Amino acid sequence: MPTIHYTDDTGTTVDVTAKPGDSVMETAVRNGVTGIVAECGGSLSCATCHVFIQEDQVEDLPPMSEMEDEMLYGTAVDREDCSRLSCQIKVTEDMDLHVTTPETQV
Amino acid sequence: MSTPSTAIRPETGLLIIGASQAGVQLAISLRGTGFDEHITLLGEEDHRPYQRPALSKEFLQDTVGKENLIFRSQEYWDEHDIELVKGARIERVEKRPDGSGVAHAADGTEYAFRRLALAVGARARRLELPGADLEGVVYLRSADDALDLKSRLGDVQDVVVVGGGFIGLEAACSLHGMGKATTVLEYGPRLVGRAVGEDTSAYFLQSHRSRGLDIQLDARLARFLDDGEGRVTGVELEDGTVITAQLVLIGVGVIPNTELAEQMGLAVDNGIVVDRHALASDGTTVAVGDVANMPNPLPGAPEGERLRLESVNNAIEHAKIAAYSLTGRREEYAGIPWFWSNQADLKLQIAGLTLGYDSTVVRRDEAKGKFTVLYYRQGQIIAADCINAPLDFMAVRTALGKGQNIPAEAAVDASVQLKSITAERTVDRKVPA
Repeated sequence: MPTIHYTDDTGTTVDVTAKPGDSVMETAVRNGVTGIVAECGGSLSCATCHVFIQEDQVEDLPPMSEMEDEMLYGTAVDREDCSRLSCQIKVTEDMDLHVTTPETQV
Repeated sequence: MSTPSTAIRPETGLLIIGASQAGVQLAISLRGTGFDEHITLLGEEDHRPYQRPALSKEFLQDTVGKENLIFRSQEYWDEHDIELVKGARIERVEKRPDGSGVAHAADGTEYAFRRLALAVGARARRLELPGADLEGVVYLRSADDALDLKSRLGDVQDVVVVGGGFIGLEAACSLHGMGKATTVLEYGPRLVGRAVGEDTSAYFLQSHRSRGLDIQLDARLARFLDDGEGRVTGVELEDGTVITAQLVLIGVGVIPNTELAEQMGLAVDNGIVVDRHALASDGTTVAVGDVANMPNPLPGAPEGERLRLESVNNAIEHAKIAAYSLTGRREEYAGIPWFWSNQADLKLQIAGLTLGYDSTVVRRDEAKGKFTVLYYRQGQIIAADCINAPLDFMAVRTALGKGQNIPAEAAVDASVQLKSITAERTVDRKVPA
């Protein structure tokens, strides 16, 4: 089963079993993971589901669209090279992804 | 028929009527603020609480399923001692001055509460015209509406969408994208007249017409036509024009559900009147989201200016304030309202409110399909409509949040990044507003 490990800015980690096809954002929200707001429900409009991908896993993910790239310039905590919007990352069969959530999303 | 029962539920700490975006957020935020009493969340529908915006877009187009719209898993509600009741329609509330009382449901169940929250939302405005009850004349507000609409699409070739607002245009784009010949009838002189300025309306009109949507402005609907057996076959305008359709979708705005508040004797004026703490006129009931008529939350808005906002962002932010209110924190609702609408390949993001603007700046990048209108009031930016222009949207939302300006003279050049011309006191985006 795919697993997403969400670590908040204080270092606490929650491991959530995910469903392939759902997004990393949806998985977090449905299970009440704090640190991801996702106001727009995943339609790439709000930039409140910003996460930092564990550095050695960034390359494993499909590249981001120009729209996601632009939205990342509006995140509450400044973007980094490993930043993504979690609504744009689909869970795959054997995914074992580590993400860190920023201090704030709004 | 459900048999009327006289079940009396044990008193709950907070009864939230309406499992809407605002009602759900209120429950979640209360747990975040340390509220530890039992919470009962009553939904009128037979679905677990879900997000609405996708109903006219991804859900209608079958790119996301019902499960994807569910806010929280059942485990979340169980773990947080939030009792979710589906299919509960409250008809009457008896409230005592201390905030407690009893809500009476249609099935006879009585829900006793120590505090009450109304998150009852709004319903689709109905068009009362001849033929309005015909089979095939539909609305789109709930998941059931969307499921019903989807189930009808099989044999449909021609669709008429009445209303050129967000819901109408989103649904029209979805249906057109699914291969239906789609006509949009807008009563007013321009599209989305209530929410955006003229330049943005014109941009939508041109974009949608160029993709093949038939859009008629100043269209006066006279009646719905039928096949003699109760099914709609089209519409007739006042000038006699007939448009064939096997499906007519009406999206002409919403009406706030204020009946309970009125029955309770609360002040009502285009919504339930609340103060900056989301408290209704009795001083104890909170009302949140689409149904609340509240002081304009934009920082620096004129004193006494009130409005009702229909948006996800407002539902969330307003619910947070209500949660503080219920736990004794006196925080006032202040923030930058924002809205979005996805229509085919157009992503509209609106920051701020255009109330009282006196000038605009239009930024257009034809090659990239970016289009932004900035709204100014006495030289100060107050809002922006941004189409396929997230950088502009983010820059304006950030500037508004920090009380900064984006000088109009410099913003005219669309190749200039708004962020770079923001008249700011600091360049550090991490500094809180």
